[in-house]
Amino acid sequence: MNIVVCIKQVPDTNDVKIDPQTNTLIRSGVPSIINPFDENAIEEGLRIKEKLGGTVTVVSMGPPQVESCLRDALSLGVDDVILVTDRAFAGADTLATSYTLGKTIEKYVSNCDLIIFGKQAIDGDTAQVGPGVAEYLGIPQMIYVTKVEEITPEKIVVKRELEEGYEIVESKLPAAITVLKGINTVRFPSLKGKMKAKSATIKIVTAKDIEADENRIGLKGSPTWVSKIFTPPVKGNRQIIKDEDGSGVKAIISKLKELQVI
Amino acid sequence: MSKQILILKDKCKGCNLCVKACSFGAISVVEKIAVIDAAKCSYCGACEPACKFKAIEIKVDDIDRSSFSAYKGLWVYGENRDGVLAEVVYELVGEGRKLADKLKVELSVVIIGDKTQNLADDLFSYGVDNVYYIENKLLKDYDTNSYTKILEEAIEAHKPEIVLFGATSEGRSVAPRLAARVKTGLTADCTALDITADGDLAQTRPAFGGNIMATILCRTRPQLSTVRPHVMQKAAKLAKKGKKIELKSTIVEKDVVTKVLEFIKETRENVNLTESDIIIGAGRGVGSEENLKLIHQLAEKLGGVVGASRACVDAGWIDHFHQVGQTGKTVHPKIYIACGISGAIQHLAGMSSSDIIIAINKDADAPIFNVADLGIVGDVFTIIPALLKSL
Repeated sequence: MNIVVCIKQVPDTNDVKIDPQTNTLIRSGVPSIINPFDENAIEEGLRIKEKLGGTVTVVSMGPPQVESCLRDALSLGVDDVILVTDRAFAGADTLATSYTLGKTIEKYVSNCDLIIFGKQAIDGDTAQVGPGVAEYLGIPQMIYVTKVEEITPEKIVVKRELEEGYEIVESKLPAAITVLKGINTVRFPSLKGKMKAKSATIKIVTAKDIEADENRIGLKGSPTWVSKIFTPPVKGNRQIIKDEDGSGVKAIISKLKELQVI
Repeated sequence: MSKQILILKDKCKGCNLCVKACSFGAISVVEKIAVIDAAKCSYCGACEPACKFKAIEIKVDDIDRSSFSAYKGLWVYGENRDGVLAEVVYELVGEGRKLADKLKVELSVVIIGDKTQNLADDLFSYGVDNVYYIENKLLKDYDTNSYTKILEEAIEAHKPEIVLFGATSEGRSVAPRLAARVKTGLTADCTALDITADGDLAQTRPAFGGNIMATILCRTRPQLSTVRPHVMQKAAKLAKKGKKIELKSTIVEKDVVTKVLEFIKETRENVNLTESDIIIGAGRGVGSEENLKLIHQLAEKLGGVVGASRACVDAGWIDHFHQVGQTGKTVHPKIYIACGISGAIQHLAGMSSSDIIIAINKDADAPIFNVADLGIVGDVFTIIPALLKSL
C-alpha cells in the first residue's frame, strides 16, 4: 500500500495572542507547526502501513521553511518527504494549490493507493484542497473521516461524520480521504526517528520539475482574491457583572427570559 | 489575477506603520525600507492607506469580463436526504432571493436525489423561480463523483453566475470537487454575501478564528461559495409560481463510485452540536467529569446540548464529538453559555459567531468576557446549582 499524506505548515495558534487594543492577531515570533489535523493524517497513514506494508510519502507545498515540518514528519517514521516550493507558487488559492499538489503526486508518487489529508488547515479553514487534489487525479474522495473501518489493497471502508450522525462508506482504491482529529492519537517521535530526520536530505520539487502550466499555479492560477481585510466590529452591548448574593443567577434568568428560552 | 505590490523606495521612511497594518505578517523593515514577502502577501490592500508617505502602490489588472455575460442567474444547491431538504437550503434561498433581486436575475434551486420531484412546489412558495431536478434511484445517497458530474453538466447547459452551497459535510465535499472540475473559484464558509457595484459576488468569511474578516472576489464564472448554516435568515413565504425543469444527465451506475453501506443517526445527546439553538459549553474550570453532570443537567433543562473546550476533551471528561473550537466543531447557536471557559483563541474560533454568549468565569480578565453579551464573574459551582434551582 503506497500512501501519500499532504500536510500544511501553519502558525501555532497556541502562541498567537490577540492585541487587546487593536483586536488583531499578534503574529510576530509565532512558531510554525504541522497543521494539527494533518498530524492525524500522518498517524493514520503510518498505522495503515504498519498493517498492510508499503510506504508513506509526505508532500507539502509552501516556502522553504516548510522543511522543518517535513523533518518532523520524518521523525515520526514516514518513508519519504517532498517539499514543493517555488516563488511561482506564491499567492495560490485552493484551486491552484490543488493543481500543484495533484501534479506533484502524479509525477512522483504515481503508484499511490491512498491519499490522506487533514480535515482542514487551521489558518484558512477551507477544507477545499483535499477534494481539489482528488478531482485532479480523478479518484474518489471521502471527507470528515472519523474511522477507517476496513482497508485492503483493493478497497477502503470508512466512517464519516455528518451533521446528523455518521455514514459508513465504501470505495475502491485509489481514493482520497480527509480525517478529523478524533480518528487517532498521534504518536511521539522516537529517538531513532529524530536522528534519521536530522540527517535526511529533503527532496525539493519546483514548478519546472512538475511541468506545471504557469497559468494554473500561484496568483495567476487562482480565481479567488482577497479584496478587503477588516476586523469584525466588537460587540456593542456587553454587560459584565460580579456575582454577589445571587446577582449572577438573576442576570442569567432575566437574560434567558428576554430571549424567551424560559 | 495579476496583482503587483510596490514599495516606492524614495518615499518609504521605514516607519513600520505598514508592518502593523498587515494581518499576514508579510511586511518587514530591512535597513529602513519596507520589504514585502510575496509568499505571505495576499494583496488585501490594508497597508496602502496605512502608509502616510504614499510609498505603497498596489496595481491590479482589470478583470477580463468578456465571458461573464454568458452566465446569468443564481443557484442554490438543494441538499436533501430521503426527500427532505436540509434546513440550510431555506436559508440560502432567503439570502439568494435578496442577491438575485439585486442582480435582477432568477433564483433557482438544483436538487439531486431519488425523491426530488415533490420538493419543487414547497420551494416555489419561498420565492424560488426555477427548480432544476433529477430523480434517479442511483442517486439515493450522496456520492461525490456522480453528484459533481450532474452539477457540471447542469452548469454547462444553463450557465448560472453564482452557485451557493451550505457549508455542511455534503456541501463542503461537493463544492470543492465541482470548483476543481469546472476550474473556477470557491470561497469556503461565508458568513456574509453581497453584490458589488461591478456585479461581482462579495464573499465575506472569518479568517484566523474569526479575529479578522476577509472579503473575497472571484474572477471566473460561475462564482461558488459555501455558506455557514444558521447565519442567513430563512426565506419568507411568498405566494409564487415557478418552473420545474428536469436535468438531463448521462449518469450511469459506474459513475457512482462510493457506496453508502449504512447511515447511523445519532441520538439526541450527541447530535446536532452544529444544529442546536442552545449550547452549554464546559471548560477546564468545570474541574472534573463528575462536575460535568451539572452542565448536562443545565443543558437538559434548557433543551440544549453540551459543548466542550479542548481542555475538557483532553482531560478525558467528555468525548471529542462535543469539542467546540478550531480542532473541533464550529457552532453558531442562538445562545452559548460558557461555563468555566477562559476563552482561548482556539475555542473562540469555534463559537464566537453565536448570537448571544453568556459567560461564567471566576477570572474577571478571562478573554471569554471580550466576546460575551452577558458575563458573570463568579464561581460556576455556586451559580449553576442556583440556576438549576430557579429554572
